[in-house]
Amino acid sequence: MIPVLAVQRFPPPQFTETGHLLPPLTGPLSRALTLEYLDVAVLLGALALAAWLALRQRSRNWLATLGIFSLLYFGFWRKGCVCSIGSIQNIAQALGDPSAGVPLTVLAFGLLPLVFALLFGRVFCAAVCPHGALQDLMLIKPVAVPPWLEHGLRLLAHTYLGLAMVFAATGGGYIICQYDPFVPIFRFSGATALVVAGVALLVVGLFIGRPYCRFLCPYGVLLGLAARLSRWRVRITPDTCTQCRLCEQSCPVGAINPSTLDAPVRDAAADKRRLVWLIALLPVLLAAGLGLGGLAGTNLARRHRIVNLAERVHQEDLGLAADTTDASAAWRATGAPVADLYTAAQDLRRRYVLAGRLCGLWIGLVIGLKLITLAIRRRRKDYEADQARCIACARCYLYCPQELRRLGLPVPEAPPSALEGVVASDRPQAEAQSRS
Amino acid sequence: MKRRDFLGGVLSGTGLLGLGALLAGLTRRRVRAEGTVWQIDPWKCTACGRCATECVLEQSATKCVHAFELCGYCQLCTGYFEPQPNRLNTAAENQLCPTGAINRAFIEDPYYEYTINESLCVACGKCVKGCTMFGNGSLHLQIRHDRCVNCNECSIARACPAEAIRRVPARQPYLYKTREGPA
Ligand code: SF4
Ligand code: SF4
Ligand code: SF4
Ligand code: SF4
Repeated sequence: MIPVLAVQRFPPPQFTETGHLLPPLTGPLSRALTLEYLDVAVLLGALALAAWLALRQRSRNWLATLGIFSLLYFGFWRKGCVCSIGSIQNIAQALGDPSAGVPLTVLAFGLLPLVFALLFGRVFCAAVCPHGALQDLMLIKPVAVPPWLEHGLRLLAHTYLGLAMVFAATGGGYIICQYDPFVPIFRFSGATALVVAGVALLVVGLFIGRPYCRFLCPYGVLLGLAARLSRWRVRITPDTCTQCRLCEQSCPVGAINPSTLDAPVRDAAADKRRLVWLIALLPVLLAAGLGLGGLAGTNLARRHRIVNLAERVHQEDLGLAADTTDASAAWRATGAPVADLYTAAQDLRRRYVLAGRLCGLWIGLVIGLKLITLAIRRRRKDYEADQARCIACARCYLYCPQELRRLGLPVPEAPPSALEGVVASDRPQAEAQSRS
Repeated sequence: MKRRDFLGGVLSGTGLLGLGALLAGLTRRRVRAEGTVWQIDPWKCTACGRCATECVLEQSATKCVHAFELCGYCQLCTGYFEPQPNRLNTAAENQLCPTGAINRAFIEDPYYEYTINESLCVACGKCVKGCTMFGNGSLHLQIRHDRCVNCNECSIARACPAEAIRRVPARQPYLYKTREGPA
């Protein structure tokens, strides 16, 4: 049963006896615009500070302190909304639908970290993102993830990004916000399943560095792309790399590319053949992505409330469904013509198919390029942080004996604790090199 | 190394230009200086009760408000009383509201004024339904912005069957019912 629009069934009274005045109808204001701009200013300041601390000061401790500040400010104080990760959906929606605007503050949250990533790498992830800072705090004993698993799981984030863009651009909701595992923790309330997921991720994060960042975060994918082009970036050693391998296992997110100097010699001809095959595979993957994406789009459209409603109303009209749902009843009460609903739904289905195809292309492209880049043998003399994967947390610096020398700290005989067991066999070599 | 640096510079320059182009494109498509907040359009709301349960907050940010200019000040308020009340008094068993959040005050014969105690209201919408179906529809639900944390996507909006919740300019954060009817 649906209440009809208000009707004046009872005329409002005249208070002739008492001259009673109607109480005013007021409510608390929303947050002031200046405070919203303050958030942007804090973001900008934190980004600049993070870039300076990570690249110039090379100070892990100060970065961690800044991370705690960001966690408190953007996480627990601002309750996680709006965050840069989610803001890309507002931008996508505004791009997909001209009538949906995007507020300046949201735009700034979406673009500033990307601009910084283009210049300095992922300094946002280092100490500004509350999600990253929370996981960083939990990290106690990172274990290495095997490369095949690492590369495979990272595709999850690319897929998540693609899907989120499909839904946002078609007005189908913000799945990044809906399924965010950490915002319920910042708010101390939220859907139970999400709280469980968040806590589970944090527990996994005790041993696997930043699981959300590496394998799920859609914004991290964009930051990684931007960081690939960055002009200034994390350099593990402040001087020249001596290939001492001390930093090899220091990265909690597996972002250090080893030197290829003592990599086993591979059969160049076989490598080339594999590369040719993989390049030939790329168009196949793209075509598959296009096809599957289109199919997926048709199904994803059902998640849109208008498409869903249209299907329900259609069923009811055909007599396949006896009762009404709350949504169909509410729609029927508006008296809107059914043809409009069907047209809107049909239009949406078309947009979902298009968006699904683009998403499929994107995933195909990502997989194809990943296979190709893995097959290309790149010669690397030094140990280097991978531009896209490095989150600029500055942990590796102190593992480098050159850095210790720069700081005037004693260069340890034994490698730092996280390396235990890993380079034990190479210790004499490392020592010899650090002495030389 | 020099060449790589140069290449890096060119690439990041291109990236910056790309972001700039995105920004310019969006500006044309209305970047708003002002933020938005979520609000219920009371003329669309069907008082389904989801506002009480779907908000991400422990205590829903939605509350019942009263548009006094629409109210008939009825002695037998269908938003206040159970359908067949024993007596027209404030005894709890006669009240529709599960938390007793509505105050009933005598003004002058035969008029009574009903005000909401927002700290008790759980936004179940029972009174709204009663008032809208049999009365003037002056009781309605609104998201209160001292409580709402302004989620990037409101979870009640996601669940609302009437599509009654939308973004409104942050400077006019309420959509109160008035005698003029839906805007
Ligand atoms: S990868 Fe994502 S969640 Fe992690 S720090 Fe970066 S933006 Fe935040
Ligand atoms: S969910 Fe929608 S229809 Fe239900 S009470 Fe809230 S605003 Fe009204
Ligand atoms: S009946 Fe429900 S909505 Fe109305 S005042 Fe009571 S708790 Fe609030
Ligand atoms: S925006 Fe969030 S806090 Fe506000 S009413 Fe909606 S769900 Fe509740």
